[in-house]
Amino acid sequence: MTYSDKVLDHYQNPRNVGSLDKNAADVGTGVVGAPECGDVMKLQIKVGDDGRIVDAKFKTYGCGSAIASSSLATEWLKGTHVDQAAQIKNTQIVEELSLPPVKIHCSVLAEDAIKAAIEDWRKKQAGTPAAGSQVHA
Amino acid sequence: MTEPVRTEPAIRETVYMDYSATTPCDPRVVQRMLPYFTQNFGNAASRSHQFGWTAEAAVDQARQEVAALLHAHEKEIIWTSGSTEANNLAIKGVAQMYRQKGNHMITAVTEHKAVLDTMKHLEGEGFQITWLPVDRKGHVDLEQLAAAITDQTILVSLMAANNETGTIHPLATIGALCKQKGVLFHTDATQATGKMELNVDTQHLDLVSLSAHKMYGPKGVGCLYVRRKNPRVRLTAQMDGGGHERGMRSGTLNVTGIIGMGEAARICRTEMATEIPHLAALRDRLQQRLLAGIPDAVVNGDEAARLPHLTNISFPYVEGESLIMGIKEIAVSSGSACTSASLEPSYVLKSLGLNDELAHSSIRFSLGRFTTTAEVDFAADRVIAEVLRLRAMSPLWEMVQDGIDLSQVKWTVH
Ligand SMILES: Cc1ncc(COP(=O)(O)O)c(C=O)c1O
Repeated sequence: MTYSDKVLDHYQNPRNVGSLDKNAADVGTGVVGAPECGDVMKLQIKVGDDGRIVDAKFKTYGCGSAIASSSLATEWLKGTHVDQAAQIKNTQIVEELSLPPVKIHCSVLAEDAIKAAIEDWRKKQAGTPAAGSQVHA
Repeated sequence: MTEPVRTEPAIRETVYMDYSATTPCDPRVVQRMLPYFTQNFGNAASRSHQFGWTAEAAVDQARQEVAALLHAHEKEIIWTSGSTEANNLAIKGVAQMYRQKGNHMITAVTEHKAVLDTMKHLEGEGFQITWLPVDRKGHVDLEQLAAAITDQTILVSLMAANNETGTIHPLATIGALCKQKGVLFHTDATQATGKMELNVDTQHLDLVSLSAHKMYGPKGVGCLYVRRKNPRVRLTAQMDGGGHERGMRSGTLNVTGIIGMGEAARICRTEMATEIPHLAALRDRLQQRLLAGIPDAVVNGDEAARLPHLTNISFPYVEGESLIMGIKEIAVSSGSACTSASLEPSYVLKSLGLNDELAHSSIRFSLGRFTTTAEVDFAADRVIAEVLRLRAMSPLWEMVQDGIDLSQVKWTVH
């Protein structure tokens, strides 16, 4: 398996690794994937009053491409309005990282993680307790 | 002009810890082979001139060396292209020769593909195959083995030591059982040569597969030991032709390869007594450092009955491919048979009861004759640093630290 320079860069110097307070009202959390499939991504966003994402963090269990996809996603999310963030497509990640066909699922997972984090934040905004994204049983 | 002959292993920027995949040739092996490419190039089957006699004499000496390693007689060695061919010849050869006697054979699920796929092939031709399961350490249940033998059974094939975990089967006990029941016993000893005692008499072995490239010899040559007495084992040839190798394996002999294998066997036999404890000490040093530096790392296989040069370790909460990517200065094998596209976890580790996640996160370190203490320490430090780095970005590790039981989590499976 050969990796593109961008994947290697994100793998070696991942951006925004870490966690935000998942209980905070302005934080949305998305956890997608499963260990037996080889990838789990946790992506979190902190959203300002104007709907802009002021911070994004990730933790990923997965191959180098999965780590790179989530690292790239956090880079794109920061400073973006949630409505725009919800438009991010996995194909953009594939293109930016030059992912080979066998690694496309990593980008799909990153897109799903973004959507799950936004949904979690929206639910908190609507006042209903977060569901779905908090997978901890 | 010609390149100078290299007598030392090349200086590498990558530390080689994959000796179970293949070994470099010992420089003594290469030296021994060289004249037989040029001056002594004869065909060992040419009976009418000196070129042939010289080649034949060298092949016979190699035959004696390989036989000596097994405590066998030189006439019992059949040269092949490697262990894959030796396993095919042993299993298909017995199946076809003894079909009148019975149509049942026994093997285990952790065998090498060269045994498993050969058995599957025969299953497709109407043979009954018993696939014995293994326990957590990679052992078959000997009572289950005994119970599986029927009056239709013609062969038991169980490897000497496993290529992924290093687990050693109790050959002498299995051999005695087979002998008592009148069933032939084949063992794939590819990984075991030079790493443990092999003795066709005390271990009651009827057929043994060996490969030169796992014992510091060249690739593409190996042999099958075929017992000549008590009982005399007969095989149906799998290759038709000039009737070489007592009619069991036709084809002009790979003289240079065979000479290399002979020298490799001589070195293994004469140096085993010191090499085994040396390898075990290096392996133990590596394993101890890894276990001390990485919480929750687990050793796979049977530490009490294991090849001396190998340790297979799972590093939970990090994913195998990313770990391999992070330690690219160290050549090792991972528990995911990463055949480019499919990320299938190792069937051997899965048969030991490991879940996919643990199988994916496992690494086989196999050391060898040219491994140094400095390399072991470098590898241990690099692996520890990388596992800890990847854990720091692993959501699974974070959950476990928060006291969450991962098996209770409802994942969003795609
Ligand atoms: C246990 C075992 N059997 C058989 C083989 C195949 O040997 P060869 O490469 O000589 O065909 C190998 C090597 O991969 C092995 O480890």
